[in-house]
Amino acid sequence: MAIQLPIYMDNHATTPTDPRVVEAMLPYFSDKFGNAASRSHAFGWTAEEAVNNSRDTLAKFLGADSGKEIIFTSGATESNNLAIKGIAEFYRERGDHIITSVVEHKAVLDTCKRLEKQGFRVTYLPIDKDGRVRPEDVRAAIDDKTILVSIMLANNEIGTINPIEEIGRITREKGVLFHCDAVQGVGKTPFDVQKMNVDLASISAHKIYGPKGIGVLYVRRSKPRVRLVAQMDGGGHERGMRSGTLNVPGIVGFAKAAEILIEEGEAESKRILALRERLRNKLITALDEVNLNGSLEHRLPGNLNLSFAFVEGEAMMMAIKDVAVSSGSACTSASLEPSYVLRALGLDEDLAHSSIRFGIGRFNTEEEVDFVANLVIEKVRKLREMSPLYEMHKEGIDLKSIQWAAH
Amino acid sequence: MAYSDKLIDHYENPRNVGTLDKDDPNVGTGLVGAPACGDVMRLQIKVSDDGVIEDAKFKTFGCGSAIASSSLATEWLRGKTLEEAETIKNTMIVQELNLPPVKVHCSVLAEDAIKSAISDFKQKRAAKRALEGAKGEE
Repeated sequence: MAIQLPIYMDNHATTPTDPRVVEAMLPYFSDKFGNAASRSHAFGWTAEEAVNNSRDTLAKFLGADSGKEIIFTSGATESNNLAIKGIAEFYRERGDHIITSVVEHKAVLDTCKRLEKQGFRVTYLPIDKDGRVRPEDVRAAIDDKTILVSIMLANNEIGTINPIEEIGRITREKGVLFHCDAVQGVGKTPFDVQKMNVDLASISAHKIYGPKGIGVLYVRRSKPRVRLVAQMDGGGHERGMRSGTLNVPGIVGFAKAAEILIEEGEAESKRILALRERLRNKLITALDEVNLNGSLEHRLPGNLNLSFAFVEGEAMMMAIKDVAVSSGSACTSASLEPSYVLRALGLDEDLAHSSIRFGIGRFNTEEEVDFVANLVIEKVRKLREMSPLYEMHKEGIDLKSIQWAAH
Repeated sequence: MAYSDKLIDHYENPRNVGTLDKDDPNVGTGLVGAPACGDVMRLQIKVSDDGVIEDAKFKTFGCGSAIASSSLATEWLRGKTLEEAETIKNTMIVQELNLPPVKVHCSVLAEDAIKSAISDFKQKRAAKRALEGAKGEE
């Protein structure tokens, strides 16, 4: 079978919308277009019914008790903002302390930084060498003024899966609310808000083959009943937590995407893991000095984050321009700083500059994986031929022994 | 980021990749940058006895712009006298490759590499002449 270029292998950034999802959404644009908040006519009732069915599906997807615990938002960035700011504002009288980790998404970190400016205290937990948060660190950080712990299910760069169940056991025991940014992990690794004692969870449709512009914040209704302050004023939709006319086609699409994963997620994860391992094995067999960033064991099936030592990440991406991947290199970011996640992992900065993230997804094939593996091997070799560092390494020079002029 | 055709050409078909013997008295070597910063350039020139750059080679660890900047530098250096080579400025590289603002530092590094290679060669030549002078007095 001929390979079609370019190949998309950046499924952590976003995913293509599954055709089955598109099909489910289509009637809700021009035919069943009603406002779900219109109580006085059939157009509104039809939309409301679709929304409520979608809530139930999404509740099942998350292991939640009821569709009433599903709050629709514009995406996970909004969900994270609403969860953290909304909780901080509501429980301010009870305490001023929030715990999170250094490798959370910017939507969590920058929200926490804003709260710090407003007088909250935030503890940013480190990660271990595998890239995971240690539950005992969470326990040790909790004080009598802690109101919220926010830890991600899986990291977007290195795919590392956190021990959410263990953390949830601790927060429940201590009576502290637990928010989980589950964007990257949900549908790919087991996630269950009941079993894991998660009180709030953020998810996004476009990471699971649904449409962009629709997200959910799960907010627990009982044991404990979680309250939060809305961050947007308006018509009081979503139990008063998030005003704004509901994005009915997006919601229906999100539920369809979740339904597909409820049915096929386990088999899909196995297939994707096999592809990931095929890619990893080909690369580490053919090339020397390849470093896997993050845990191999506790890792999303589709994630492969590798550092090809002595080759810079952006140059690598240019060399494999027919393959869409991403890099932790500074050269790919506006800030000119290498990935904060890789640095938190303790990776040497040169290896952070050399990292490439492959994100394998539903629509990738074995042929594509083989094509990518061969291309990467060829280009790494070519770039190493051009790399003074590789030459020095081959001559046995310890690069750390050299006094480099930092600039 | 959209790069110019010239930049992409230098990146995809880099000129003068390689290594000259750094112990050769006619070879000057410049090694600039740092792995932690994501770019290291090694630029070498081979200078004839009458001060003309006969050959120039590079190896670069860095992004596409860094590789293209050093490739272009070697192309410009060949055939130039040392005095002419010293007039190469990073802004000329920026202009030739149409480097975007965030990549200007790659051209600065290339200019540094040129200067460093010339300086290394001059030091070697001075040391050699001093040695010859000392011998002549014997």
